[in-house]
Amino acid sequence: MSVRLFWIGWLFHLKGLTNSLFFVLVSVLQPIIFASIAFFMVESGNQSGTLLYVALGAGLMGVWSATLFGSGGAIQWQRWQGTLELLVGAPPPFVAVLLPLTVATATLGLYSILATLLWGRIFFGSSLDFAHPVQLAVALPTTILSLGMLGLLLASTFVLYRHANAFSNLLEYPVWLVTGLLVPLSLLPGWVGPISWVLAPTWGMRAIRDAAFGGNAWPEIALCAGLGVVYVVLGSIALRNFERLARDRATLSLT
Amino acid sequence: MTTTARVFFVGGVISYRALFNWINPGTYVTTMLGSPLFQILFFTYLGRYAGSQDDSFFIVGNAMQVAAMSGIYGMTMGIANERQYGTLQPLLGTPANRLAIFSGRALPFILNGIFVSAFGFGIAWLFLDFSPAAGSIPSLVVAVLVTTCSCVALGMLIGSIGLRARDVFFGANLVYFLMLLVCGVNIANDELPGWLGAIGRCLPLTHGIEAGREIVAGTPLSDVSGLLVTEALIGLAYATAAYALFRVFEAEGRRRASLETY
Repeated sequence: MSVRLFWIGWLFHLKGLTNSLFFVLVSVLQPIIFASIAFFMVESGNQSGTLLYVALGAGLMGVWSATLFGSGGAIQWQRWQGTLELLVGAPPPFVAVLLPLTVATATLGLYSILATLLWGRIFFGSSLDFAHPVQLAVALPTTILSLGMLGLLLASTFVLYRHANAFSNLLEYPVWLVTGLLVPLSLLPGWVGPISWVLAPTWGMRAIRDAAFGGNAWPEIALCAGLGVVYVVLGSIALRNFERLARDRATLSLT
Repeated sequence: MTTTARVFFVGGVISYRALFNWINPGTYVTTMLGSPLFQILFFTYLGRYAGSQDDSFFIVGNAMQVAAMSGIYGMTMGIANERQYGTLQPLLGTPANRLAIFSGRALPFILNGIFVSAFGFGIAWLFLDFSPAAGSIPSLVVAVLVTTCSCVALGMLIGSIGLRARDVFFGANLVYFLMLLVCGVNIANDELPGWLGAIGRCLPLTHGIEAGREIVAGTPLSDVSGLLVTEALIGLAYATAAYALFRVFEAEGRRRASLETY
C-alpha cells in the first residue's frame, strides 16, 4: 500500500511538474545559464580543469531550486487548487501523501544534472570520465531522495508563512553558497561550516564529486541519507502540528 | 494637478501598491533585498574562486543588475497583471491618456530599482570591503539611474507582450537570467563568444555596467557619457517599442474582443 502510494504519487506529481514551463525553466534553462556563467568564469580565470566540477555543481543547484520552489509552496498550491482537504482527509497519513510530491520536485532536478553535464560536454569540452561510476550511481539517487526529504521539511514549515514563495526566493542563493555547490567552503567564513553540515546538498555534492573525481563517496552518501531520515522525522512532527492546528481552527482551506 | 499628471503619478503608485504583494514589509525584504544581497555575495565569492576578475568587477555588475529585478519583474507584472487580474478592460475603458497610464507605472519601479541597487552597493561596502572614492558616487548614481530606466523599459516591453502572450512570466524569468550571462554582469562582454556579446550589446544594462565600472575605477562622468547615452538610447528604443505594442494590442484586443482571452 505505502509503496504503491509513494510510486503513484511520485509519478503523478512528476508528470504534472514536467508540464509546467516554470519548472522547465528552473530545472533545465536556469542551470544551463548558471553553468555557462561559471564555465566562462573558470575559463577566464585559467581554471579550465574544473569544468566537470562546475557542471556537477550547477546541476545540483538546479536540483535545489526545483526542490525549493516545488516543495516550499507544495501545501499552499494544494490549498489554492482546493485539493488540500481531500489529501488531509484521505486515510493514509498526510506525510505519506506529501512525501512523494516533494521527492518528485527533487527528482525533476535530475534534468538539471543531465543538462549541465551535456551542455558542458558539447559546448565547453568538459570531460565525462567518472572515477567511480557505481558510487555515482548510488550517490545521485541518494542525494535526490534526501533533498526530497528536505523538501518535506520545507513544505511543512513554510506553510506557516503566508508568502512562502518570497521566502523561497530568499533561500536559493544562500544554500547554493553555503553548501559549496560551486564555491569551495574553504573560501567562505568559518561560521558557514556548521550551517553546511546540517544541509543534505553539502554531503550530496561531496559524495557526487568524490565519486566523479576518485575519492571515497560512501561516508558522504551515508551522511546524506542519515540527514534525509532526520528531515522526514522533523517534517512529520511539523506536519502533524500543522494538521492539528488547521483542524482545530478550521483553517485548512484558508489562503 | 492636471488629469494626465494625476493619472501618471497617482495611477502609477496605485498600480504599484495594488499589483504587488510587496506592501507586506516582510515579503518586500525577502524578495527585493534578501535575494539581491545573496546574489552579490554568491557571484563575488564565485569570482574569487574562478580568479577571473577582482571583487569590484562582480560587485558593480551585480549591484547594478539587481535593479533589473524591479525593472523586469516589476514592470512585467505592472502591465501584464492587469490582464491576469481582470482589470484590463475597465482600465482601457477609461478615456485616460494612454501614455500617462503606461509610463506612470514605470516611475515607482525606477525608484525601487535605484533603492535596491543602492542597497546592493551598501551591502558590498559592509561585507566585501567595497569602497569607491567618495567623489565617484554622484557619477555612479547617474549611471545607476540611466541603467535602471533602461531596464524598466525592457520590462515594459515584456509586460506589453504579456497583454497577448499566455505565460509572460516565463519570458521575464528567462530574460532576467540571460542578462546575468550576456550583459557583462559576471563575464566581460569581450570574453563572450561574438554572437553572445552582440546580443548583450543590444540589451539594456551592458553599457551602463561598463560605465559604472569605469566610474568606480576613477574615470570622470564626462568620459563615460558616450556609454551612458548609448544605454539611454537603448532604453528609449525598448520603451518606444513597448508603447507601440501596448497600443497595437489594445487596438487588436478591441477589434477581436480578446483583451482578456488566454
